[in-house]
Amino acid sequence: MNSLDPFLIILQGLLRGAGITAVVTFSALALGLALGFALSLFRQFSPSKLLHGLIDVYVEFFRNIPALSHLFILYFGLASLGFRLSSMGAAILGLGLIGAAVTCDIFRSGFKSLSPGQTEAALATGFTPLQTIFTILTPQAMRIALPSLGNFAVQLLKDTSVVSAIAAPEIMFYARSMVTSSFQTTLIYATAAGLYLVMSLPLMQAVRMLEIRYGRVK
Amino acid sequence: MTALLSVTGLRKSYGSVEVLKGIDFEVKAGEKIALIGPSGSGKSTCLRCMNFLEKPSAGDIRLDGERVGVRPGGRGDSERIMSDRQLAPQRAQMGMVFQLFHLWPHLSVLENVAIAARKVRRLSAVEARDLAMEMLAKVHMSHRASASPLELSGGQQQRVAIARALSQKPKLMLFDEPTSALDPELVHEVLKVIEELAAEGRTMLLVTHEIAFARDVADRVMFLDGGVIVEEGLARDVITTPREPRTQAFLKQIRH
Ligand SMILES: Nc1ncnc2c1ncn2[C@@H]1O[C@H](COP(=O)(O)OP(=O)(O)OP(=O)(O)O)[C@@H](O)[C@H]1O
Ligand SMILES: [Mg+2]
Repeated sequence: MNSLDPFLIILQGLLRGAGITAVVTFSALALGLALGFALSLFRQFSPSKLLHGLIDVYVEFFRNIPALSHLFILYFGLASLGFRLSSMGAAILGLGLIGAAVTCDIFRSGFKSLSPGQTEAALATGFTPLQTIFTILTPQAMRIALPSLGNFAVQLLKDTSVVSAIAAPEIMFYARSMVTSSFQTTLIYATAAGLYLVMSLPLMQAVRMLEIRYGRVK
Repeated sequence: MTALLSVTGLRKSYGSVEVLKGIDFEVKAGEKIALIGPSGSGKSTCLRCMNFLEKPSAGDIRLDGERVGVRPGGRGDSERIMSDRQLAPQRAQMGMVFQLFHLWPHLSVLENVAIAARKVRRLSAVEARDLAMEMLAKVHMSHRASASPLELSGGQQQRVAIARALSQKPKLMLFDEPTSALDPELVHEVLKVIEELAAEGRTMLLVTHEIAFARDVADRVMFLDGGVIVEEGLARDVITTPREPRTQAFLKQIRH
């Protein structure tokens, strides 16, 4: 019997979860980026103090409570109120909402690092505030945000492991179920770790390429 | 002949500190006016009130007869300060050049100059590009059209910033100490461009510490101190034979 066999069996088992891990990562990433960017715009540029307060509460709420609590609320809590989300739906929504709180801060610090002169020059030229935000400020803020967004994406990939707790069948979900039936604990978890690493490499590479493509603006 | 720009009773306070204490002046079409005065006297504040980058506390600013930054209230006769969105078309009529250039670093030199023509004046891409090249030629920067602003010297950046303001086809150019952030050897190239624009008959309001330049290029000079215009007159008169003791003291001190 080939000594590689148990490893291959384990790998095969875990790969069933890799697709779900990828789907949850990318969907939550898309939701987190879109919502977080929108929140950062309102937080940074809306004159409404009330809106600022609400966004601050949102960010604190999602950043300071463990991801697992949010997932349980969305999955079990909402179900008890009659809104039944699939475990995938709850996973994407939960990680996406948490992600939006993180990216809101990242985008905002990008906007905040731009000198007021950038805005003044745009307004003086006859740009409206919206034109100023989208043609002058956003492209510069994006470049500044890019490295942090890359770290966030990799972190998110790793954080998808918590969604096994609400039975979303991703990598760690299969790892745990295999551990209970085969007792090859070390090999299984090491293989799972390797899988996360392999999946994060292209993500990191993509971020690096974006950074080179768009350069860094001081 | 009515003035292109007329300013009446302009006041500006920051909290309880009144920086501008009632400023009145007029700029006729084609006139070049230099605004001089000690540091902190309110020159930048005054200039920035022209296009409402600072909101005046009181006063009336008119460009070509049109009230800037204020519109009649809906009911009654209370006036309302315009929003930045409402101000945009009025600001587009005044080109502003800042001490620190404020070029947009994510755009090329050409894009910096073309973008307002595209987005504000709604020219086609080709028209905007042609206009931008024309304006870059005026400031002798055509050869760096595809460069990034970050690759340019301060003097070059300021010349591009001037081209950017010119691309607005403004009725009035506002300069806020355009050379005071530059290394001494770069001052001349920027002053030369401004002098060429003056010779074209453009209307300009220029805050400067370059006294000799003000004397030679401006038609009139206003000396601002303590939030009021202390002295105002023909450039040569104010600078060579000032009447007011405060003007005399300022000019004496700036020459040393
Ligand atoms: N945003 C602000 N908040 C509070 N005070 C301000 C603000 N901007 C300017 N001031 C004050 O108003 C006064 C006039 O400033 P201003 O920048 O107009 O002077 P200036 O004549 O342009 O001086 P300089 O030659 O140094 O550029 C200064 O005392 C300054 O501290
Ligand atoms: Mg100043």
